[in-house]
Amino acid sequence: MSLGLTKTKTNGVPAASNGSSIIHMDAIRKVYDTGKVKVEALKGIDLAIGNGEFVAIVGPSGSGKSTLMNLIGCLDTPTDGRYELAGEHVSDLTRDQLADIRNRRVGFIFQNFNLLPHISASENVEMPMLFGGLPVRERRERARTLLEAVGLGDRTEHKPTELSGGQMQRVAIARALAMEPAILLADEPTGNLDSSSGGDIMTLFNDLWNQGRTLVIITHDQALATRASRIVEIHDGRITRDERQ
Amino acid sequence: MRHSATVILTLFASSAQIQRKRAYLTIAAIAWGTVAILLLLAFGEGLKLQLDKNRRAMGENIAILWPGETSKNYKGLSIGRPVRPTIDDVQWLRDRLPEAAAVIGEITSWRTQLTYGRKTINGRVTGTNWEYGEIRKHYPVAGGRFFGPVDEREKRRVVFLGDEMATDLFAEEDPVGKTILINNLPYTVIGVMQKKIQMGAYGGPDKNHAVIPITTFRAQWGRDRLWVLLIQSKTPEAMKPTLSALHELLGPKLGYDPTDEQAFGIWDTVKSSEITRNITFGIQLFLGIIGALTLLIGGVGVANIMYAVVKERTREIGVKMALGARANWIVGPFLLEGLIYTLVGGFLGIVIATLLVTAASFLPVESNQVLGFLGKPTLSWQIGVATSAILGLIGIVAGYFPARRAAAIDPAATLRYE
Repeated sequence: MSLGLTKTKTNGVPAASNGSSIIHMDAIRKVYDTGKVKVEALKGIDLAIGNGEFVAIVGPSGSGKSTLMNLIGCLDTPTDGRYELAGEHVSDLTRDQLADIRNRRVGFIFQNFNLLPHISASENVEMPMLFGGLPVRERRERARTLLEAVGLGDRTEHKPTELSGGQMQRVAIARALAMEPAILLADEPTGNLDSSSGGDIMTLFNDLWNQGRTLVIITHDQALATRASRIVEIHDGRITRDERQ
Repeated sequence: MRHSATVILTLFASSAQIQRKRAYLTIAAIAWGTVAILLLLAFGEGLKLQLDKNRRAMGENIAILWPGETSKNYKGLSIGRPVRPTIDDVQWLRDRLPEAAAVIGEITSWRTQLTYGRKTINGRVTGTNWEYGEIRKHYPVAGGRFFGPVDEREKRRVVFLGDEMATDLFAEEDPVGKTILINNLPYTVIGVMQKKIQMGAYGGPDKNHAVIPITTFRAQWGRDRLWVLLIQSKTPEAMKPTLSALHELLGPKLGYDPTDEQAFGIWDTVKSSEITRNITFGIQLFLGIIGALTLLIGGVGVANIMYAVVKERTREIGVKMALGARANWIVGPFLLEGLIYTLVGGFLGIVIATLLVTAASFLPVESNQVLGFLGKPTLSWQIGVATSAILGLIGIVAGYFPARRAAAIDPAATLRYE
């Protein structure tokens, strides 16, 4: 599958280049305080991810990898430590500032797709651009281009319920790309797909990486993890393995 | 600012069609509440107007004075002396009391024989001045008239009949121009009073008496002492000073202390209409509160549906937040939705209530005893403003709390895979 997309704003850097770091985490701790018990989900993470890297974060459930993903994606803030995303300190921003960062810097891809069920594929892709303040015509045009790029040019007006799992995930990827984010952040992107659609999605990720995008994928899927340029393993809130391949 | 508005409107447009059936039910609840409050207030307004009209049926800005007995010593005159104004005192007062719009004397003969043909009844005959007709709203049915100054001066034997008395004597016949006997003296009927609903009365309702010129009365009965002195002030506010001035004049003339409150028994209708006004205001307030409470139930319905929607869309809200929606962009569509349900429901309610009130205005109020008292429900702009204000407030409050809950959603928590 070939993607007719060229990156316009940020990194037109070739694959696997280790240029400036997009993500820079320094002694990140995250403690969940449920009142009675305090759970330390992350116990000091130091992590730098460079421009154009394809990182797979693996680990057993309860290891803290979801927490790490929430922090990387600015859905949550760390209890301690410094986090820089694309040159911006995000450790202590307000909720609305975090929302803007998510909008401009992060493209989310979820295991269960998380498309909005009542609106069309095109409107789903337009949603981040609406938040980003793009004018209507540009949103439409760009949504169409993105959907064509992921092979859904003939499905733009379909509702998510009228699409297959693989198609839904491709809509989600198109949505994640809408604002030209610094990183794509995927959480078990093939977890809900059969092996054939899962394979398509993996190929799509490979293509995106080859175009120079930075990908961070949280996965159990060994096949997907082996395609990554770097595997980071988390265990009990700490990084236990970090190797490039 | 403009960006936020665009986002909120776009999100609203894409989510509003989802819960159509529930939206209809919610709108119906608000419409129902609006109809309830409007009808209750319209009913109160109609009652007020009708009470006002009925109260005025006896006359406006009038006070009725019954001669009594003194309760204070005055210039050597002892307590318990009767106060005795006469027919001539009426003219004497008119010459000296410019504050009063009218001074009128009344003398009454109770249980008097009135005969027409073979039919005889016992009734009340009142002798009075010709201005009485206008001031006490004794309007004649077409074809008749009240007596005038010439009738009074010439002591003519003419009589104006209350409508019920006319029916008692004449049944279906037209009384005007006919001759009746009052205590065996012939009188010409010159008019019959138009039917009216009368709230207050003294001596008896106006429909049950016959009115003749006071001069004629004196000639037939030989009585000179007034039963009632009727005073009309120029404005409601002028009543008190007018009455004081009257006492200052009459006290020395009739021999009583002008501050003696027992010299005349006084019914000041201006004062009692104030009380009526307060009572009707109380009734309106009461009806308004009931209506507002009914509308509030509709508002609770709106809040309820909004809470349910927020709960159902928790994941959607989380997704939108992950994609970069600010808190206001999440809250805005909910507020807008609640407000629109309320305003659409309110508008429908206003339309329905207006139609109902218009329909009610075709009811024959005057011919029915109960309706004659209650009057027609009437909508006023004050009612409209009050209802709209309550609606707007309910709409905002009903949307606000669910929306605040939506804004507090933690996107990380909602997106965690199940």
